Amino acid sequence: MIDPHILERHGLKPGEYDRIVGFLGREPNLTELGMFSVMWSEHCSYKSSRVHLKTLPTTGPQVLQGPGENAGAVDIGEGLAAVFKIESHNHPSFIEPYQGAATGVGGIIRDIFTMGARPIALLNSLRFGAFHAPGTRRLLEGVVAGIAGYGNSIGIPTVGGEIAFEPSYAGNPLVNVFCLGIAKQSDIIKGVASGVGNAVYYVGAKTGRDGIHGATMASAEFDDKSAEKRPAVQVGDPFMEKLLLEACLEVMKTDALVGIQDMGAAGLTCSTTEMGSRGGAGIEIDVALVPQRETGMTPYEIMLSESQERMLLVVKRGREAEVERVFDKWDLHAVHIGEVTDNGLLRVKNHGALVAEIPNRALTDEAPLYTRPMTEPEYLADVQKLDVGDGSRLNGRPTPVPNDALFALLGSPTVASKRWIYRQYDHMVQTNTINLPGLGAGVVRIKGTDRALAMSVDGNGRHCYLDPYRGAMLAVAEAARNVACSGAKPLGATNCLNFGNPERPAIMWQFAKAVEGIGAACRALGVPITGGNVSLYNETDGNAIYPTPTIAVVGLLEHADRVVSRRFRDAGDAILLFGEGRGELGGSEYLKVAHDLVRGVPPALDLDAERALQALLVQLAGERLLRSAHDCSDGGIAVTLAECCFDTGGIGAEVSIDGVHVAADARVNVAAALYGESASRVVVSVVPDAVTTVLERAAAANVPAHVIGQTGGNRLRMAVAGQIVVDSGVDEAERVWSSAIEQAYAKRVA
Amino acid sequence: MRFGVIVFPGSNCDEDAYHAARDVFGQEAEYLWHKDTELKGADVLILPGGFAHGDYLRTGAMARFSPIMGPVRAFAERGGPVLGICNGFQILLESGLLPGAMLRNRGLKYRCEHVHLRVEQTDTPFTGKARAGQVLRIPIGHGEGNYFAPAEMLKQIEANRQVVLRYTDPNGVLNDDWNPNGSVNAIAAVCNERRNVVGMMPHPERACEVLLGGVDGRVIFESVLASLRSAESLALQPQSAGRAS
Repeated sequence: MIDPHILERHGLKPGEYDRIVGFLGREPNLTELGMFSVMWSEHCSYKSSRVHLKTLPTTGPQVLQGPGENAGAVDIGEGLAAVFKIESHNHPSFIEPYQGAATGVGGIIRDIFTMGARPIALLNSLRFGAFHAPGTRRLLEGVVAGIAGYGNSIGIPTVGGEIAFEPSYAGNPLVNVFCLGIAKQSDIIKGVASGVGNAVYYVGAKTGRDGIHGATMASAEFDDKSAEKRPAVQVGDPFMEKLLLEACLEVMKTDALVGIQDMGAAGLTCSTTEMGSRGGAGIEIDVALVPQRETGMTPYEIMLSESQERMLLVVKRGREAEVERVFDKWDLHAVHIGEVTDNGLLRVKNHGALVAEIPNRALTDEAPLYTRPMTEPEYLADVQKLDVGDGSRLNGRPTPVPNDALFALLGSPTVASKRWIYRQYDHMVQTNTINLPGLGAGVVRIKGTDRALAMSVDGNGRHCYLDPYRGAMLAVAEAARNVACSGAKPLGATNCLNFGNPERPAIMWQFAKAVEGIGAACRALGVPITGGNVSLYNETDGNAIYPTPTIAVVGLLEHADRVVSRRFRDAGDAILLFGEGRGELGGSEYLKVAHDLVRGVPPALDLDAERALQALLVQLAGERLLRSAHDCSDGGIAVTLAECCFDTGGIGAEVSIDGVHVAADARVNVAAALYGESASRVVVSVVPDAVTTVLERAAAANVPAHVIGQTGGNRLRMAVAGQIVVDSGVDEAERVWSSAIEQAYAKRVA
Repeated sequence: MRFGVIVFPGSNCDEDAYHAARDVFGQEAEYLWHKDTELKGADVLILPGGFAHGDYLRTGAMARFSPIMGPVRAFAERGGPVLGICNGFQILLESGLLPGAMLRNRGLKYRCEHVHLRVEQTDTPFTGKARAGQVLRIPIGHGEGNYFAPAEMLKQIEANRQVVLRYTDPNGVLNDDWNPNGSVNAIAAVCNERRNVVGMMPHPERACEVLLGGVDGRVIFESVLASLRSAESLALQPQSAGRAS
């Protein structure tokens, strides 16, 4: 009865089907086939990526929970843990931006409170097609509204994020959402089922037909029929999740739970089989007992539904009434749908009749594992060539005068203020946010302690397109550097790996190189990966996105009141540059904006220098020696300095930086000095009395440091090699920067 | 003093109000579940921000039917101080304890940012320690804070001096560019005729600590503490009436 057509519709390859028959010793029925198809989908099984992910560093003295659970956890002292993870919801967000993004937020929040942690912060990393391209606005507005609609309602602040616009994302926008929670270390609870006879409970929203095969959809490319997949996108209910969150955290205090897991991708199938598998146990449920939103649902539909806001709990025998009482308080119904067994099987009944019986291992550990072929992409050798020539014209465009280039960069949507976006997110609820969005890493204090956590998510698809290994290293370095700029010591990281179709060797090569780069940087910078997510098949009609690993780094500030932001604080402070500019223009925002060019190799990264720089920043912040700190990234030191002046009430700066020699033409050299994106550079301001101490600390740490100017006045003036090349009113520059996105998108009714 | 913080399903600033009362101002604080039918001796009630019942149907529309609202109404009618913040303000409007209604922000989007508020009235329990005309910088966070009242009602509210706070520019000057949501007459907070029930869209509990970037919200809490203390010293028990419930 299972024919090739059915297999194809389930996204299963013939070889995979043979494997299923081998495990079962018989042909699967349709329900079983459906369960295999979702569990063995790329999204759930990581079948193409696992061999590479295994190489990532995942351990360290601070790591309490590495990959494999619902989320990772690191030790933040005082018996507390930071529990965090990043996850993608790319495919659903393209099909239905509001609900796709909203349910992405809902899903990652569940992963965090499932661990027994109270979620206290969200971040997001978004990618869209060209800013002015048709369709971008609809997707951006929908995604932002969806994130806001869910996060604001449930009451978790969105404290930061990043966004970039590149044509390669037009058909595959990226929506990566990060959530962080706090738990007492002793309260962390896992997704395990054990103890024969313990009750299996279903709690939360009723099961409907929404999202069936969502995981399979997320494991295929898009084509012109993709809009027809809309029914596979789920609908979110943040109110239900708020009730679930509060009720689950309350239930966890009772000590009546053995384990708990949310139902995300692959719904009831995934939660039952993973819990059973982790606990070395079996689970038997009767789907007839599952609360259903629609009539006539089949076991197949119930097992594969991805309806949102549902949890699976294993409750200690004899403690059922306690658990039910808590859920009753929150008007939620906890329904006893089955038991834990010791046979290692997932057994599904319908009104008592067996409809599926599969060994847990077959669905989880024994899922297919592919070492897919890899080849270096053909485009690479060509795009890495960057000839700045005599500089008179590049890609047919003349080198702009420095002031104009700065203004063009400040108005570029990737650089410009994201206020129009983050203003739609409640970023202050829970009254912990001490570094507001737009000021650097998001920082939240931890009530009841002196401490605070800083977090930043970063990734540069353009860099990774030009060199996935180096681009991925740069992403880790930038996220960790942003955290260090706030004064926090980076502790751990989570990654979201967004790539094209892994069955194409060139894509698989990008993936493998990026994972290598992440591993190298995480090892060197002491930030192990504690979990994450892989999103493949981000292609439409055969065009893949830029390879885009996004990295979120979490760090600890021992004293919340020593937090540092990007803003200059006062006139008369000294401005210092840590690190050295080498005029690297490859893959820069400048080349893109001024010359419409995506070329060259991304900046070099010396991991030892980077580690020393970050340690220095943390040390100086701890000694209260920094008034501000801001790293150099998109747009180089010129944009960094401008941003240090913004949101300060107009504090200006006068600086002088060294020239570089990368081309015959002086104009190109000036541009390279101002807008080159050499890594491991940070602009700080310090009170004049502290300059000597700071320079001594930097020398001791082996970090190049120079006084490059001072704050004051209301103009931004920059000299390169002694010659003033940028001179602009701060207010004028700030207007361009703060209004670029707003003017394009803000609409006011009445 | 004892703060009662009412928790509806979907409230999400309940812990923030509780934290401000207990940890910042060192007062007693108690959560009151929406199904509770007594106020546990609260001297002042806060209806916190959030999305009670998901704000489905209409903001505050379902919360007003919660069992706790009976005792809240009785407490208000006895003159007890009641503060509705954001969603709490919306619930007080739906309950008829305050006049007017909320529309979606005129920009149709949720807005979270600091705004400037001019203190219009200082004879409410929540603004007694402020100066008339004083400008407060306090955050907002809402999608439906566009205050509306029909012309006749608006005239009456103004005539009765029931507008407690207005959105202004940083210098306290009315300016439509600084009205974040399109509220009629730039109204950010109103009180009832008796002046003991106040609803405000901005979040004073988000502006009580230096670490959070501002302390202008403190005056709201300091005012009610001063008001309760003077009521206590004057032994106006029937007026404050909290413990009798």
